Amino acid sequence: MTTVFDASSACTDIAARPAREVLKQRGQHEVFCGLTSIMWLHRKMQDAFFLIVGSRTCAHLMQSAAGVMIFAEPRFATAIIDERDLAGMADMNDELDKVVTRLLARRPEIRLLVLVGSCPSEVIKLDLPRAASRLNGEHSPACRVMAYSGSGIETTFTQGEDNFLAALVPDMPAESADAPASLVVVGALGDVVEDQMMRVFDGLGIGPVRFLPSRSSTTLPAVGPSTRFILAQPWVGACAQALERRGAKRISAPFPLGEEGSTAWYRAIADSFGVPEAKFDAITAPGRERARRAVARYRPVLEGKSVFLFPDSQLEPSLARFLSREMDTSIVEVGTPYLNRDVVGPELALLPETVRVSEGQDVERQIDRVHTDNPDLIICGMGLGNPFEAEGRSTKWSIEFVFTPLQGYEQAGDLAELIARPLMRRALLKVGS
Amino acid sequence: MELTVWTYEGPPHVGAIRVANSMRDIHFVLHAPQGDTYADLLFTMIERNKKRPPVTYTTFQARDLSGDTAEIFKTAARDAVARFKPQALLVGASCTAELIQDDPGGLAKTLGLNVPVVPLEMPSYQKKENWGAAETFYRLVRAFAGGAGKPETAPEQASCNILGPTSLGFRNRDDIVEVVRLVESLGIRINTVAPLGASPADLARIPEAHFNIVLYPEIADTTARWLKRQFGQEMVTTVPIGVGATRDFVTDVARVAGVAVPSELFETGAERLSWYSASIDSNYLTGKRVFVFGDATHAIAAARIASEELGFKVCGLGTYSREFARDVREAAAKYGVEPLISDNHLDVEDAIIAAQPELVLGTQMERHAAKRLRLPCAVISSPVHVQDFPARYSPQMGFEGANVIFDSWVHPLMMGLEEHLLQMFRGDFEFHDEAGSSHLSHGGPAAAHQPGTESEQSVAAEAPAPEAATANTAANDDRPAWTSDAERELRKIPFFVRGKARRNTESYAAENGLNPITIETLYDAKAHFGR
Ligand code: SF4
Ligand code: SF4
Repeated sequence: MTTVFDASSACTDIAARPAREVLKQRGQHEVFCGLTSIMWLHRKMQDAFFLIVGSRTCAHLMQSAAGVMIFAEPRFATAIIDERDLAGMADMNDELDKVVTRLLARRPEIRLLVLVGSCPSEVIKLDLPRAASRLNGEHSPACRVMAYSGSGIETTFTQGEDNFLAALVPDMPAESADAPASLVVVGALGDVVEDQMMRVFDGLGIGPVRFLPSRSSTTLPAVGPSTRFILAQPWVGACAQALERRGAKRISAPFPLGEEGSTAWYRAIADSFGVPEAKFDAITAPGRERARRAVARYRPVLEGKSVFLFPDSQLEPSLARFLSREMDTSIVEVGTPYLNRDVVGPELALLPETVRVSEGQDVERQIDRVHTDNPDLIICGMGLGNPFEAEGRSTKWSIEFVFTPLQGYEQAGDLAELIARPLMRRALLKVGS
Repeated sequence: MELTVWTYEGPPHVGAIRVANSMRDIHFVLHAPQGDTYADLLFTMIERNKKRPPVTYTTFQARDLSGDTAEIFKTAARDAVARFKPQALLVGASCTAELIQDDPGGLAKTLGLNVPVVPLEMPSYQKKENWGAAETFYRLVRAFAGGAGKPETAPEQASCNILGPTSLGFRNRDDIVEVVRLVESLGIRINTVAPLGASPADLARIPEAHFNIVLYPEIADTTARWLKRQFGQEMVTTVPIGVGATRDFVTDVARVAGVAVPSELFETGAERLSWYSASIDSNYLTGKRVFVFGDATHAIAAARIASEELGFKVCGLGTYSREFARDVREAAAKYGVEPLISDNHLDVEDAIIAAQPELVLGTQMERHAAKRLRLPCAVISSPVHVQDFPARYSPQMGFEGANVIFDSWVHPLMMGLEEHLLQMFRGDFEFHDEAGSSHLSHGGPAAAHQPGTESEQSVAAEAPAPEAATANTAANDDRPAWTSDAERELRKIPFFVRGKARRNTESYAAENGLNPITIETLYDAKAHFGR
């Protein structure tokens, strides 16, 4: 196990700041793989079907992480590779074709079939992009077929969405060079959040505004040199690069979590579109005020508390920034599976220098640090939560930050409540560990 | 290549983790990518364990594949032994690591660790979770008990091992308490219980007992057979689920142990199932059609209880445990039903629809299917979810287990009956027509009265999305139409036979070319089918 203090990682856009040390340890990672993104992607894009080409482990992961089996046939499934495929007794591409044909016959409403690569499919070098283009020839235009990797050897949790979106970019229609400026918001958001954002954009006179992923595979936003885009989730860095390759211009900002984050995010967009300051204030003032009020209710619970964040979704720097600046908590450590400085630089710039930032994971040593630091609240994955609770510590499952609509003014209070709840609960209980 | 949505069993290494997590002083180093660490939450979330399972995942990445993965494994194994100081180390590979062929067993040997290492071969592309658990248990027992010769067993008191209870097993936590109590009441000493709660040292003592009780053949059969060959230990394979099976179990154990059954054992009054079942209010249970699906052990036991102890009619019986398909086939023959051996939950759902049961006894998967079909359901088998680890003591085995089973199977039916009373009185002014009923229906009355569907009860609140509806609507094609008079008449029939009345009438109408269905048709069909 190696420890590296990476001092070369000053946030690129704030050159004046002294370099922030980033703790990097290599040991056991305790995180989901990219397949898990399918949990929300298949709900977001309602005409898409995600077919994992993998093993029984992949299928079991999806089932265990989903925690929901109320759908007899959800819009995802696993084509499980078996020994016949591996022994070459069956041609894997033929087998895949058969599975796909049967699937599409059963689900004729599907417009986009997404082949999702896994560790096994990658280790045996099954070329899914190639299979996708072959199948696409067969099934489009009724159903398009594409591929991306969600494997655990390549991706962590939310990076699965990044790969999916990046793979969609080549299929986005071209916007003509002389089109008026348009905005694409990148990263899956709750429908309710999108609708709220649209009202703000309308008020600011910004448009057309489109979202990626779109709610349907047939309504992908157009992209071209007059497109500007902003990330709504920190994990879509590869997609951002793909959009830039198609000429779109990135708007850089903190993420829209909390009042401050949302305002900074809207402001970056407004500035880019030349919205006058007075108009910006007029449109955002009511939301800002509501967000501040909602958040204030929970500040007494979190104020002065120390928080330790385990790596999970890459939202951790943004959450830490919100907690530190709007809730007056002290952040002990903010872990992230992957630190994309291009993307989270603005967030890190807002964090106090005393905050320990760690990238990657050696979960055992990270747990040791929890024991040393003794934080008031631990934000961590589901595998770790109960063992910490059993030690008398308060925890918040990080996965909820990905599944719950938390962005924007109207959700700022929900975000605060979600984080404060474990502490409020512990205060209520007269029994327990 | 097989298309799978939900699975009854995980991969074999999850079975191995279950065994490791059952035991004390064992650590498992699993060569696997990071995503495979999801398995931890099965234990910390579903079983609410207070500790993480004793597993280190090597979490190698793509960039390691060029040649460093073996080194990563060695580092992880060395660190795990230093940190956790186990009495024994299990090493193995998950599906991905199996493909890169690093040979964890061989690598561990080169490390000169100061603990015994038990290597596992888990053919991930061929086998499944229960096989993995059985194999791991077998390898461990062989490793620690294998060296022993046939030891002198304590002659003065009969003694046994109880083999099979495992972490994440359906109600294993409480079953073991019940069975230990039962066996000890016969004056038999329990030598070891394994894997649950055992250490490697305990496994080494297994040969000291006179005989073995195989509580869950899915996990312990391989091991018990080997112990029989190796040490001549008899096996008791009767699984004490249900009153009859518990009596058989006691008889078998006493016979193998050479002890007498204390006469008061069967008359302590602790067992209430038989009396409750005989009491007049249970009359309505007679001939209830019940569909049974689960692992082989629980499915076979449930069918026997349903048929012999509750007076139900078994209308379907099946299992996902292919290894024990033969036993389930035999049982199915006894009840005159076609055995269903399948690990495809959609096939099981189709079989449930075809069997027209009034109660479903199954796994969490069937519980969801039953909810969609609006059928009462009780869970009898793994795969488990968090509600299968209730706070209260609730074994399935032994006499107390039979009591628990009576309650948990009859309760959903009784809720249904209450519903019926509510429906009967809904003409009364206290119950305006749209008053939803309390059971199975938190969704409000909105969808309650769509003619042509079975939705007399409102739509289950847990299934709001479009996918959930397909199961029901699919069956609605080519149905004859109902006149509104006939439809109204049908509503007067108690709901728990209404579905059957509807189906019978429709098939009668179809056979006789009658369309639409009138009140006349309804009663002709009733006369024809005799119910
Ligand atoms: S929906 Fe039910 S069975 Fe499925 S995961 Fe949730 S609790 Fe478990
Ligand atoms: S880590 Fe790899 S093998 Fe494991 S579930 Fe994810 S994609 Fe499948």
